[in-house]
Amino acid sequence: MAGLELLSDQGYRVDGRRAGELRKIQARMGVFAQADGSAYIEQGNTKALAVVYGPHEIRGSRSRALPDRALVNCQYSSATFSTGERKRRPHGDRKSCEMGLQLRQTFEAAILTQLHPRSQIDIYVQVLQADGGTYAACVNAATLAVLDAGIPMRDFVCACSAGFVDGTALADLSHVEEAAGGPQLALALLPASGQIALLEMDARLHEDHLEWVLEAAAQAARDVHTLLDRVVRQHVHEASIMLGD
Amino acid sequence: MLKSKTFLKKTRTGGVLKIVREHYLRDDIGCGAPGCAECGGAHGGPALEPQPQDQASSLWPRPHYLLPDTNVLLHQIDVLEDPAIRNVIVLQTVLQEVRNRSAPVYKRIRDVTNNQEKHFYTFTNEHHRETYVEQEQGENANDRNDRAIRVAAKWYNEHLKKMSAENQLQVVFITNDRKNKEKAVEEGIPAFTCEEYIKSLTANPELIDRLACLSEEGNEIESGKIIFSEHLALSKLQQGIKSGVYLQGTFRASRENYLEATVWIHGDTEDNKEIIVQGLKHLNRAVHEDVVAVELLPKSQWVAPSSVVLQDEGQNEDDVEREEEREHMLKTAINEKMLKPTGRVVGIIKRNWRPYCGMLSKSDIKESRRHLFTPADKRIPRIRIETRQASALEGRRIIVAIDGWPRNSRYPNGHFVKNLGDVGEKETETEVLLLEHDVPHQPFSQAVLSFLPKMPWSITENDMKNREDLRHLCVCSVDPPGCTDIDDALHCRELKNGNLEVGVHIADVSHFIRPGNALDQESARRGTTVYLCEKRIDMVPELLSSNLCSLRCDVDRLAFSCIWEMSHNAEILKTRFTKSVINSKASLTYAEAQMRIDSATMNDDITTSLRGLNKLAKILKKGRIEKGALTLSSPEVRFHMDSETHDPIDLQTKELRETNSMVEEFMLLANISVAKKIHEEFSEHALLRKHPAPPPSNYEILVKAAKSKNLEIKTDTAKSLADSLDRAESPAFPYLNTLLRILATRCMMQAVYFCSGMDNDFHHYGLASPIYTHFTSPIRRYADIIVHRLLAVAIGADCTYPELTDKHKLADICKNLNFRHKMAQYAQRASVAFHTQLFFKSKGIVSEEAYILFVRKNAIVVLIPKYGLEGTVFFEEKDKPKPQLIYDDETPSLKVEGMEFHVFDKVKVKIMLDSSNLQHQKIRMALVEPQIPGISVPDEISNVDVNEPEEKRRKLKK
Repeated sequence: MAGLELLSDQGYRVDGRRAGELRKIQARMGVFAQADGSAYIEQGNTKALAVVYGPHEIRGSRSRALPDRALVNCQYSSATFSTGERKRRPHGDRKSCEMGLQLRQTFEAAILTQLHPRSQIDIYVQVLQADGGTYAACVNAATLAVLDAGIPMRDFVCACSAGFVDGTALADLSHVEEAAGGPQLALALLPASGQIALLEMDARLHEDHLEWVLEAAAQAARDVHTLLDRVVRQHVHEASIMLGD
Repeated sequence: MLKSKTFLKKTRTGGVLKIVREHYLRDDIGCGAPGCAECGGAHGGPALEPQPQDQASSLWPRPHYLLPDTNVLLHQIDVLEDPAIRNVIVLQTVLQEVRNRSAPVYKRIRDVTNNQEKHFYTFTNEHHRETYVEQEQGENANDRNDRAIRVAAKWYNEHLKKMSAENQLQVVFITNDRKNKEKAVEEGIPAFTCEEYIKSLTANPELIDRLACLSEEGNEIESGKIIFSEHLALSKLQQGIKSGVYLQGTFRASRENYLEATVWIHGDTEDNKEIIVQGLKHLNRAVHEDVVAVELLPKSQWVAPSSVVLQDEGQNEDDVEREEEREHMLKTAINEKMLKPTGRVVGIIKRNWRPYCGMLSKSDIKESRRHLFTPADKRIPRIRIETRQASALEGRRIIVAIDGWPRNSRYPNGHFVKNLGDVGEKETETEVLLLEHDVPHQPFSQAVLSFLPKMPWSITENDMKNREDLRHLCVCSVDPPGCTDIDDALHCRELKNGNLEVGVHIADVSHFIRPGNALDQESARRGTTVYLCEKRIDMVPELLSSNLCSLRCDVDRLAFSCIWEMSHNAEILKTRFTKSVINSKASLTYAEAQMRIDSATMNDDITTSLRGLNKLAKILKKGRIEKGALTLSSPEVRFHMDSETHDPIDLQTKELRETNSMVEEFMLLANISVAKKIHEEFSEHALLRKHPAPPPSNYEILVKAAKSKNLEIKTDTAKSLADSLDRAESPAFPYLNTLLRILATRCMMQAVYFCSGMDNDFHHYGLASPIYTHFTSPIRRYADIIVHRLLAVAIGADCTYPELTDKHKLADICKNLNFRHKMAQYAQRASVAFHTQLFFKSKGIVSEEAYILFVRKNAIVVLIPKYGLEGTVFFEEKDKPKPQLIYDDETPSLKVEGMEFHVFDKVKVKIMLDSSNLQHQKIRMALVEPQIPGISVPDEISNVDVNEPEEKRRKLKK
């Protein structure tokens, strides 16, 4: 058996997308009433839930408080049923810790933390179903949740992954494409300014190709922004109707 | 933009894992027909013709496109590749199935699809909104795919109707599956089997022969009798091999005896390395080179390899009984000791069939359409093919592919692929020898050519990045006359500090051939340019080899330069490498360069440069020989071709001038410098070339032969060998030294490419260099391209890529290169042999002086210096009384009827062409002097009939 052909001669990917196309994105804000902010996102078969509490007083040890800005605390976990094989530990493993750290870095760059000194913002993200691009889905969900909580941000943070196959950059990799073992890059972008909040890649990729892959990821992130913006407007619109009653 | 409207899930359960995949359906996939308003031409690349006219099928006279199913593609690719078949829609479903089932066919179909003239279009039906079908409950994958193909065919027909109702364009579905065809017809899709359709193409009757005969009905003429036992299933074989009941090995048929073969067992078990398989039933339809599973027979049934020569001559299918008689013949005179492990083939693990060259043996029945084909390689069984053009194919070389070998058939079934031309024709024979030596020689495909630079080509600003401008230097090239692929040029000038600057400039092929593209892959596959007597099989397309990469004079060319600063004593003071642009001032031949150096009147820049080079080269050569480099000799000949007929008219041994060795010396120096550099930079994955020292036993012949002439040859080191060869002179016998050197060449091992990370012995024995590589001929050797890339990365002039620094990939490349080089060498020799035959055919029988090179038990091998021709004189022949032969292994010598032969003895032989076997013509030699009654033939000025030397000689002997 020959392996899967990731990109056909006609330019179609395994699931029928073209190189630069995203998977179908659906999102909803304000899914939980108790939390300050919450959101749910589906990017193809990758599904993530984000919940935000805060800003509130520092919990636990007071010494952690920062004098000039808010502390961003991120926790990532993925459901035991999120992958094909059942996972043993839903959170606390190295991968989850790393993901939490990356999310924290991303949001420290995006949230205007200096507005809330000596306080704390908690972001909890859970992946319900993983089909590639979990980091991107988490970031996008968390952005919506933070917006829902009304915490001031510089801009949306929109994330997307990109890979490189046969000389072509592919946007928004699915699990099959990730599993094929090529290089994969994750990018979190502040679309208005074009600033990069986080860029992560742990494979070997030639310097000459980096530019294309980066551009593919950035374009995809801008596309994500268009969609998220629509979701937020829709949500606000609905909320204002409710208030109007 | 996300265009998907429907969103479906495709679930695939395998084991306990449940994999959920998205499957997007689109509405922007074009149908491939140009001018289709609905799709708006939403497809780039090759497309169908708007009005397919030329395929006049009597079954479907209206214009149509073809839509084959998977099996048609898999089995009838030979037909589909024919230029007459155009406008074919290849569905994604079909392509994926082909991809999973046969990689070679997949590659071929991709090549065809990329060919603009074929008008093949790949339709991505699995992602089209209207042609996607879901697997139904209880439907297996095959049925689902068949249905998907039918749905696509139906969609096409409706779609094309919408496009333009009046020209009645339709697709015709081609399938060999009866049920599928019936269903298609029910659904209103015009469907035919491949055979029906091809037969209906009245304009192209020759296509029928290219059909693979797979149809069950085709075999009805075979007697229903089952000859062979069934092959076991693969799973059973694997089980058996694991448990040790069966052994896996490569099947090697015997050249002499078609009823016998050996199986080389894979693995390390020392005892049963080789198993004999004897008899038609035990051979059980295995073909040479197949990987088979064998079962050992009980010891009581073991046999000894027979010495009988048997050729398969049967024309009839039914004479299996006679075969059994013959098999009994093999078992005569069995010596207990000679018994070897014997087995029988129980199953085939992997067929290694390829298209075979050979000739048609026409059936005795005049009207018969079934004929037997006799391959040129005697190890391949005869193949039954079906053709209507038997009389046209008689006396021609043809190519035939095997389709299958049913249990009830004495011979495998095959189909005709290609007609190469008349036997004995130069083009035909060249083609045959290229095919038999597996030399890829097809014209470069469109995909490969698409990576060539666009003409007119000029050096751009971008090319100059990381490149030095050396156009002001007085560079010139020195090559053999008529050379169009000039890959090296030289310069030499005096520096202000009194030292000399010497530069070797090599064509920068790696600038044009970028890693990983089709052009690169094709060159890597070819590995080397093959030079035949009157033809050159290029490794890279001609535009590069003879134009853009060729360092011709008076044009700007990109080069890779290796520049040394040397003292006047040829000591290297500094070495540097750089990519450059040069402008060669002169393309000289060896003779012209020699003339310039020798003439006292010429004192221009080029000449002084050449003199400087020549001076340095002499010092370098001396130094190299002192270190123990060998100067060996091989009788190389060149044919003088008739300019009109291109027939060889005369032979000439190659002349060596000072300038030859001048160029060679600097190439060696460049290679060594580069080898050092890349090994320093990439200790794990440098591509190098080594020449292992031969084991002492190899030299035995040489030492013994020299001893018989009272000379001593020392072989403990390369240095002592070189020295003793230099001393071995005999004033009475000036040719002796050359003969000794020729013999020494035969003792050597083959030099090979290897990856530095996979080996730790780098020594090059022949050149007495601790490290060596190939850098100087990138136009004709792929190894040099890799070395160029490595060096470019090492000096920061180019970027690296993952495969370059993967030592396993590099080792694979080396393996292929070594194989291709070996094959190229064999092909070259075969070409020389063929031209020698042509030469002697025109020349008639001649007698020449020769020297004995080797003495064998029943023959002597002689060398004729005048032609550089080597041949064997046999003293034993079929149907004749054996002469008295006494062989002495020590001296070595052979006594024939009281006449003793030693190595290096001078004899006189008669040379003639033996064309008794049309497929295998050869040069035959017979002894003239010294005269031995009953053995030697009289010397006569002969104008005898060349075509029947056999007859002639028999008459003489009476």
